Amino acid sequence: MSAINPRTKIVDTDILVVGGGMSGSGATWEAKFWCRGKCKVTVVEKSTLERGGAVAMGLSAINMYMGMRCRENTPEDFVRYVRNEFFGILREDLVYDIARHVDSTVHLFERWGLPIWVDEKTGCYQREGRWQVMIHGESYKPIVGEAARKAADEVYERVMLTHLLLDERVPNRVAGAVGFGVRDGTFYVFRAKAVILTTGGATLIYRPRATGEGLGRVWYAPWASGSGYAMAIMAGAETTSLESRLVVVRFKDGYGPVGAWYLLIKTRSTDLYGEQREPLPQDMMERYKSLYGKYAEAKPTPTTLRVLAVIEDLMKGRAPHLMQTQERLTTQEAINEGFEDFLDMTISQVNVWAGQNIHPQQRPSELMPTEPYIMGSHASPAGMWASGPADIAPPEYRWGPNRMLTVEGLFCAGDICGASGHKFSSGSFTEGRIAGKSAARYVLTQARDYRPTISSDTIERYKEVVFRPMEWYEANKGVTTHSAARVDPWFDINPNYINWFQFMTRLQKIMDEYVAGWSTYYQTNEPLLNRALELLQFLREDFRFVGAANLHELLRVWEFYHRMVVAEAVTRSILARKETRFPGYTIRADYPALDDEKWHVFVNLRYDPRTGNWDVYYRPVIHIID
Amino acid sequence: MQFVPGLKYRRSYNADPISCWECYNCVKYCPEHAVEVRSYADFVPLGGRVIPLRDTKNNVIYWRVEYRDGTIYEFAFPIRTTPWDSIRPPTEWPERTDLDSEYLSGEPDALGIPELPVPGKGPELLEKATRDVKFPVDPIKRR
Ligand SMILES: Cc1cc2nc3c(=O)[nH]c(=O)nc-3n(C[C@H](O)[C@H](O)[C@H](O)COP(=O)(O)OP(=O)(O)OC[C@H]3O[C@@H](n4cnc5c(N)ncnc54)[C@H](O)[C@@H]3O)c2cc1C
Ligand code: SF4
Repeated sequence: MSAINPRTKIVDTDILVVGGGMSGSGATWEAKFWCRGKCKVTVVEKSTLERGGAVAMGLSAINMYMGMRCRENTPEDFVRYVRNEFFGILREDLVYDIARHVDSTVHLFERWGLPIWVDEKTGCYQREGRWQVMIHGESYKPIVGEAARKAADEVYERVMLTHLLLDERVPNRVAGAVGFGVRDGTFYVFRAKAVILTTGGATLIYRPRATGEGLGRVWYAPWASGSGYAMAIMAGAETTSLESRLVVVRFKDGYGPVGAWYLLIKTRSTDLYGEQREPLPQDMMERYKSLYGKYAEAKPTPTTLRVLAVIEDLMKGRAPHLMQTQERLTTQEAINEGFEDFLDMTISQVNVWAGQNIHPQQRPSELMPTEPYIMGSHASPAGMWASGPADIAPPEYRWGPNRMLTVEGLFCAGDICGASGHKFSSGSFTEGRIAGKSAARYVLTQARDYRPTISSDTIERYKEVVFRPMEWYEANKGVTTHSAARVDPWFDINPNYINWFQFMTRLQKIMDEYVAGWSTYYQTNEPLLNRALELLQFLREDFRFVGAANLHELLRVWEFYHRMVVAEAVTRSILARKETRFPGYTIRADYPALDDEKWHVFVNLRYDPRTGNWDVYYRPVIHIID
Repeated sequence: MQFVPGLKYRRSYNADPISCWECYNCVKYCPEHAVEVRSYADFVPLGGRVIPLRDTKNNVIYWRVEYRDGTIYEFAFPIRTTPWDSIRPPTEWPERTDLDSEYLSGEPDALGIPELPVPGKGPELLEKATRDVKFPVDPIKRR
């Protein structure tokens, strides 16, 4: 460490919550409820608790709520719904577990002050669709973040964690994590008995549709850097379902969500020439039924098939689709609802309308499928492989405390826990609570006497690794050629380093063109996937030569390192599933059919941190609900 | 991408415009109301504006939307039903001893059904739902 001389801060805690978004807030809240004075809860967030995460700008609906007190739905109903959404591949124990607890979370949110729309006649919440309730949700995250801040013993904000630390005495046991303060450059070492990963999903692994100033306008948040997946993978934890990337149909360019439009306002959409698309017409349903059997018969039609409908029309020159907003926005109330939906959660869509003079009560808006994202909380099940709840999980799914990964002491919640999607904001907070209680129980009982062993050599080594991009930049910046147009680091050319922007662009080009991005209509095949692995290997090697001019760039460098790790795992997972299971999300052009006889299994991976080898595991799908 | 409105010179900088999500938090939180968004040059023609005013005393957010063609829309939506900083920490909830159970804080009363469902038991528990949701303590501190 010559040019940069960061100070080191070592923090000892019992439960380390990595990420202070929806699930991290839930984990912090519940862990502290059970810990009281007996265990310490520390939360580390790379932005702030008040606005960190996918809910940064707010939401307009809570997408998971049973309404058991109003006799609306059972957790069993919910499992059946999610089973169809994921074409049969889900961990029913995990999904059921979230469903049976989620209502208490939503009721708590309401008491804390989140404005939930109530149906005056029934006293129950006003439904958007069967599972969703409407909210005035601009301040959703500040409310939830306030609760987390009140609960935590210690909060570290603007600290980005980069690596987990494994114990040096006990094999396959997490002992803490390291990272750095993105504002002051402090090197942080956290030692803990339990670590809960709640860092959200991953965007920007794939080339987004806007690649200029609008690069950050991805539908899922640009700060979703896949950190939790990558850190867990690097520590040797097993993944699941990463081949199921999420592609969603959204308002074109602004990426405004469609849920309220279909469910609440009851708008329909058509193809570019006005032919009916959503709800899907009978002939299309018949065709999907012949291809995907019982899954296509489900009501509502699975998300992946509704995405497929747009992709097929894109190929035929009949897309973008059109959301026929003008047919339904006939009252001021409906206009308000339409605008609020976006102002509460995707303001850019209103910017698109305002700049392009689109008055939604007068003309339709275009719809497009997004670039793929990696997420475990939404309409896709990508994530890590977690142990299930003691009272309902089959033995095959139970090797440790609830939500513990295959690395001892390491827990997950929200987007990070795989094979259990459709939890959304409320389910993510709920799963955080489940993991929080489970971790509290763990540190107060079986891990009570555990003490992390991390040598000072290890700490120094990680410090070098974490700050190396800045060292490397300092050592080589003298020979940089700047662009004449603008002194801007994106276009620095240096023989010895590439910067985060150049690293990102390479990653996105590989993933888009070889691993089923939007430019190939989400299709790939074995030769393309193998070629991607070769190119990703070069990228991994070149990471040694990535430079960062300042702490902000260092943040970006590590975010894209994490994305690169996730990208490789995604590529290997797609390669391992030799069928097309989720046709709107990933199309294996060499295996275009769904094959339930052979492939009704989970595709899991494990990276061995000692050898650097990847292994594939096919795990059984066990249904516990009829 | 944001900038300081109404000025001929720039006093602040945006660290990383291409990573901007247009989440508007810098706009909502700037105490001087000195930040405005000029939307993505890639696909948004110039001339439109979206301006929020977030009032945390009355707990309302006001929006003014100006179209390129001059049309103006104004909206106001509630943001919170309780005062800021009123949430009671979990350590002020009564302590429980069932660390080994599957129940989370406040359950089962906070669910509105008599006990936590296990597979197969959901339907019969719904039959016993009371609509009543109770917490062991008010989750909000009243002043
Ligand atoms: C536009 C949009 C609309 C949506 N609409 C709805 C809706 O209407 N209803 C609904 O219920 N859900 C909706 N969702 C989904 C919901 O937001 C997510 O399911 C939920 O936020 C996931 O929770 P999480 O805790 O896993 O991730 P997040 O809430 O994203 O939290 C992750 C946190 O980890 C932090 N972090 C990441 N990496 C690191 C690191 N290396 N070190 C430290 N901290 C880190 C992040 O800063 C972030 O604060 C929507 C999401 C988006 C983006
Ligand atoms: S706070 Fe939000 S709107 Fe402001 S610069 Fe950051 S991402 Fe963009």
